[in-house]
Parts: sequence; C-alpha cells; structure tokens
Amino acid sequence: MPSDSTASAEKQPAALSRGSTLRRLVGIGVVILCVAGGFLYLGGWFSPNALTPARFVDAFERADGVYSGFRRNHAKGVGVSGYFESNGEGARLSKAVVFRPGRVAVIGRFSFGGGDPNVADAPTMVRGLGLLFWLPGGEEWRTAMINLPVFPFQTPQAFYDNLVASQPDPKTGKPDPDKMAAFAASHPATVRALGIIQSHAPSSGFDNTAFNSLNAFRFIDAAGKSIPVRWTLAPVQPFAAASTAATAQTDKNYMFDALIASILQHPLQWHLIITIGQPGDPTNDATVAWPDGREQVDVGTLTLDHIESEETSPARDINFDPLVLPSGMAPSDDPLLSARSAIYSQSFTRRAGEAKTPSAISPTEVRK
Amino acid sequence: MATQQTQFTVLMRILHWLMAAMVLTMLGIGVAMVASLGDYHRLVSIHRPLGIAILILVVIRFVNRQFSTLPPFPATMSSQERFVAHASEVLLYTLLFVLPLVGWGMLSAARYPIVLYGPLHLPPILPHSVMLYAFLRKTHTVLAYLLFLAFIAHFGAILFHTLVVRDGLFSRMAPWRVRAR
Repeated sequence: MPSDSTASAEKQPAALSRGSTLRRLVGIGVVILCVAGGFLYLGGWFSPNALTPARFVDAFERADGVYSGFRRNHAKGVGVSGYFESNGEGARLSKAVVFRPGRVAVIGRFSFGGGDPNVADAPTMVRGLGLLFWLPGGEEWRTAMINLPVFPFQTPQAFYDNLVASQPDPKTGKPDPDKMAAFAASHPATVRALGIIQSHAPSSGFDNTAFNSLNAFRFIDAAGKSIPVRWTLAPVQPFAAASTAATAQTDKNYMFDALIASILQHPLQWHLIITIGQPGDPTNDATVAWPDGREQVDVGTLTLDHIESEETSPARDINFDPLVLPSGMAPSDDPLLSARSAIYSQSFTRRAGEAKTPSAISPTEVRK
Repeated sequence: MATQQTQFTVLMRILHWLMAAMVLTMLGIGVAMVASLGDYHRLVSIHRPLGIAILILVVIRFVNRQFSTLPPFPATMSSQERFVAHASEVLLYTLLFVLPLVGWGMLSAARYPIVLYGPLHLPPILPHSVMLYAFLRKTHTVLAYLLFLAFIAHFGAILFHTLVVRDGLFSRMAPWRVRAR
C-alpha cells in the first residue's frame, strides 16, 4: 500500500523537545483544571456562605429537630380529598383548564407550621393547606397556602435569618431576646407584616379558616395577556373566633379532631377568590397586602369530603410545590416563589428516603 | 485506498457537537440549580426539556452510528489505547441514555408532573414511591458526576493527542471538513 505509507510519512510531525512536551502537558492540565473549577464554581463550592436549599433546610432541622420521614416544616398534618367545581368565571382571567366549567378531583393536606410532627394543637400556630388539582389532560395545579393575611418575610434571606435568630438558646431553652430584637430592628417589613397578622384574630378551627396564596402569581388568558393575581380560599363555614383563654387542652390533637368530626358530619367548602392586582401593586413583596377594593372574582368552590391519616393518604408523599402550575398560570417576580420550590424539593428529597414513622393523627384517630 | 475515510460523517459530527453543547449546558445547569434559591425554578424548567431532548438525540445518534462507517483510529494508538477509547465511548453513550431516563423515572416516582413546555408533558414511567424516588435522586447525582468525569477524561485525551502526540485524532470529529492527506 504505497499511498498509505506516504500519507503516514507526511503526517509524521517533527518531534517535540522535552521542554515543549512538558509545557504542552502543563497547558492541558491548566485547561482541565479551569473546566473542573468552573463546574465546581457553578455548584457553589467556592461560596460556602451562600444561602442554598440545603443550608435552609439545615436551619429548619436545627430549629425543630429531625423527625424521620416527616416534612421539615409543616410536619404535623392530615390528608384530605374532594373536588373543585369551577363556575367558569375564571376562564376570562386564565386559560388554565382548571377554570373551565366543571369538576376536577383534588387531594390536599391540612397542617400546622413548624417541624415537630407531635406538637400540641394551638390556634395561634400557622395553619397550612396544600392542594393538588388533577386536571384533564394530565396537567396539575399545586398550591400551598397558609392562614396568615401576609407573609412575615420579604426574602428567603430574611426568613433564614429569622430562623437562625429565633433558635432556642441551649442554656435557657428559649430564643435569645437580644437576637430577636436585632432581627426586628433590621427588618421593618417583618415588623409591619406582624402588625397586620396580629390584627387578624385566628378562627376557631381549620374548617372556618381562610387560606391565602400570599405570593402573587400571574394569570395568562387565551390571548396571552398576563395579569398579577393573588388568591384566597374563603370558608363557607361561618367564622368563629378562637378562644383566647389559655385553657390547657388535654387533647393535643383537638383542632385536628374537630376538623375530622366536622368533615365526617358534612363536606367542607371554600370559595376560591381571585384578587386582581392593579399596576403599582407589589408582586414581589409578600409582606404587603394589596389595597382594599381590588377586583375579586369567585371562580368556584372547593369541597373536601374525605379525611384520612397521613399514614394512608397519598398526600403524605406529595410535594405541594407552589410552582407546579398548569399552562395559564406563572410565577410572579416574588423571590420567595423560586426559593419555596427549591426548599420544598430539598425537604421532600430528605424525607423521601427516610423510614416513615407514625403520624400524630393516626388512622384510629380519624375513625374514632 | 485513496477513498479511505478520515472523518466521521457530517450527521455524526453535527450530532456530536450539538450534544456536546447540550450536555455541558446540562451539567452546568444541574450542578447550579441544586445550590440555587432564586434561579432554581428557571433552571429546572430548562433542565427537564433539555434532558428529554438529549435522550431523544442519543437514541438517534446510536441508531445512526450503527449504519455509518467510522474512520479508523490513528496508527499512533496502541491496542490498549483503542480499547480504552472504545470503552469510554460505551460509557458516554450509556450515561447519555441512562441519566435522562433516571431523571424521568425519579420525577415519576415522586409523582411530579413531567412538564416539558406549557401544557406539554410526559407520562410517568414508574409508580409513585418516595423510597424509589430517593434512590433514583441519589443515582441521578452520582451518574451526573460520573458523566462529568468521563467528559473530562475524553476532553483531556483529545487535547493530549492533538497537542502532544499530534496524530490528527481531533480532525476525525472536527466540525470543519478535513481532507485526507
């Protein structure tokens, strides 16, 4: 094969000197290190103090402890299911299929804030309701709401700093008042939000609680027009103020027990009310309420007619990630939203692999 | 022997460089999103459809490879070196196929909707099981780091052949046309 030998003879480059070979090898090493370094930089390896989902969940774990298999926040809860009946009024606001007239199945979970799954029920604790709407065509809408009228923290960093500041002092078993005061002094938005929160008396039970989206979202209609919205689940069950007397409750689960009794008696209902923001209404600040008088649209009724212990409910193994949205809904510019999604995911991943321990609201508790 | 093929076919080279860009972007997004709060949602929204696109492309690429003639290794490569090169190709193909599949599977096991864009989504491929999710989630990370290491080894070997051995190994996959000499 004469042509072949000529080709290889032509290809043979002049031999490199030892110094030149070494320089080229070092050059290759530097390039490889730069690529690997860039990868590690993106992964946050060179910013050990940056707030990450893992560090955020670590703070929850330091504050409340680790309970195998439970959510790192809103640990105590119970599963529910039912349906949402859309009246069609929402269709002009958003093209999301959930707003077409008709009924979709819903599963959900009522909870108390905090990482202790065995905490004693108290009306002053934050109440949560996570919902998953199964939409026709396989889409889903998930939302995680709480009963507070506004959220106490403007940014993920403020939430984290408060978690750190309110951690119990190992000596006294109580949060350090100086740290709490320092946090309040540097976070006027939190102080204002707590003022609004304290002016709203909590209701007596889960069944007559209003739940709020807190963060703003965007609704997109069929023409592609986007509007800022917030939503509230307004209970059909009449409001009754929680007893303010500090009566020692013998039943640690009395509020969940009342919810169980109530739902077994008759289905519970809430109206889904969409509030439409006007230009200038803050969409990136959950500590601020929108002014009164904004247009509100009742888009349908949520009915919850079934309740069960987390041990049997599919809701236990669902992450009520507020950014699982159907087409026609989108996040706003609120920095809390992406952070919530990231942190819920981190909490979900940690508990997913742990052995599941019995829930305070046991299957017997639900049946009794 | 004048017609001896010196380069991979045009389609193979397009697929190679397209996927190289996608996979590097994907590795960067993956490692960044798990450490991010503010950009998490935006990055995850890219990560999912990009992963599925890689899965589709790697299948096309694998099938296309079966029907294509490959250029020979340069004469400078020993039989051991050829074996290592071949094994690394098998590893890379396997990872590019398995990683997106594990990602799809773990989202299925966690009962997350597998949203690609707007209302477009994929069905779950595994039953709802959080224990299975936890295992696959770890697997996804381990395989991603392994893919990054495999890429580094591949990249380093090409640089070594191109700059030190200078046997024209790179020209086989060069995005431009290299004529047989």
